[in-house]
Amino acid sequence: MKQRTSPSLKVIAGIAAAFIALPLLSILVRTPWSDLGDMLSQKSTRQALTISLQTSVIAALISCLFGVPLAWLLARSRTRGLSALRVVCITPMVLPPVVGGIALLTAFGRQGLVGRFLYDWWDVSLPFTRTAVVMAQVFVAMPFLVLAVEASFRQSDKGLEEAARTMGASPSRVFFTIALPAARPAIIAGLALAWARSLGEFGASITFAGSFPGRTQTLPMAVYELVSVDYRLSLVLSLVLIFISVAVLAAMRDRWMVGR
Amino acid sequence: MTLSLNGIVGRGEFERMLDISVADGEVLAITGPNGSGKSTVIHTIAGLIPLRSGKLQSDDTTWDEPATNTWIASENRTCAVVFQDIRLFAHMSVISNVAYGLRARGVRKDEALSRSETLLARVGLTSFSNRRPNDISGGERQRVALARALVLEPRVLLLDEPLSAVDAASRSGLHELLPELLAGFAGSTVLVSHDPADVEALASATIGL
Repeated sequence: MKQRTSPSLKVIAGIAAAFIALPLLSILVRTPWSDLGDMLSQKSTRQALTISLQTSVIAALISCLFGVPLAWLLARSRTRGLSALRVVCITPMVLPPVVGGIALLTAFGRQGLVGRFLYDWWDVSLPFTRTAVVMAQVFVAMPFLVLAVEASFRQSDKGLEEAARTMGASPSRVFFTIALPAARPAIIAGLALAWARSLGEFGASITFAGSFPGRTQTLPMAVYELVSVDYRLSLVLSLVLIFISVAVLAAMRDRWMVGR
Repeated sequence: MTLSLNGIVGRGEFERMLDISVADGEVLAITGPNGSGKSTVIHTIAGLIPLRSGKLQSDDTTWDEPATNTWIASENRTCAVVFQDIRLFAHMSVISNVAYGLRARGVRKDEALSRSETLLARVGLTSFSNRRPNDISGGERQRVALARALVLEPRVLLLDEPLSAVDAASRSGLHELLPELLAGFAGSTVLVSHDPADVEALASATIGL
């Protein structure tokens, strides 16, 4: 049955959609298309793009590797204090990223709570390295994956896990052969979310890793630094980021539906 | 005496004192209306719910005795369950479903597969190995569930309404198959059913809840 929508609601919805679409379209309109090839092949552009892709893919994989077991624990463990742990784990989603960067410095900086020992004992200094870029990205991106996968674990059929146990499967076998395959759509969706969030990460990374071209400067950092220096180039880099984001959404469209 | 349960089973508000024992080759039917806790008894024996008090044992092994903190985890009990809602693994083929328990118990892959094939043939599903649970009928799924339980050669077989989830046509086929399978089963069987005809056909003893 088709439902009629009131005209005034349509107008308001139209304004909302236009507000989001217009800035994105403006970049498309203002992009110097004729110089696009030259600008994309510039060394600084290629460097930032490479660092962005490399760090964000690694960050998404690390988020998945550690986030899925965390999601399982949050979904199934009945240990007390777990709800507090959940709040802590998803805090980065609402935290201003720059605060996340400061927090990482406080923990892993040379004077940091943990970083001090890393530096004293093994001469390891994490801030302002490419590892720091990845750490910042994991910090902000992993919660997205954890939430998506935890919801899936919660909804999954416990009866199947019980059946597997009565057939002799140990808890870890149940996890790998029953629970994990059932959560696959959510894990893929969570990976995509975590990757997209890592790719766009700016605040935490620039605070903890700095913006050194060729070392730690990612695409978003390059865009930010270029705005006042070379506006046209920053438009081109923005276009690249928009293109990747839209591609992720398009590729994941079916997965979202499964995940719901 | 193969299986004996003497104690209080319960889940949530429900609680019930029970004293049953089932010898080798015997089929004990537990009957009663919906909500009388029949499935709770099955789940307690399978180790999915703990006893409230008393003792559950199979042969000379105590599976559950709260008073002495004795508890054998579900995966280590020599019992197999056919659940009321069947519970096949939809992401696996029929043969993988049947072989799952053998693999979990450490049987080599080729041996697990050949034993599973044999069991599938016994329940009349010879060429079903590579089908998916969602692509076969309700009666066929029930047969897979029976094969999946029997292939483990358990000491205790737990059947929760084994004939309720299938349509009338495949029901009649199962009515002939099930007594035949149970006759060939050496261990103790606990059967839960609300249907007097099923109980009449299958059980050697009956208790009501």
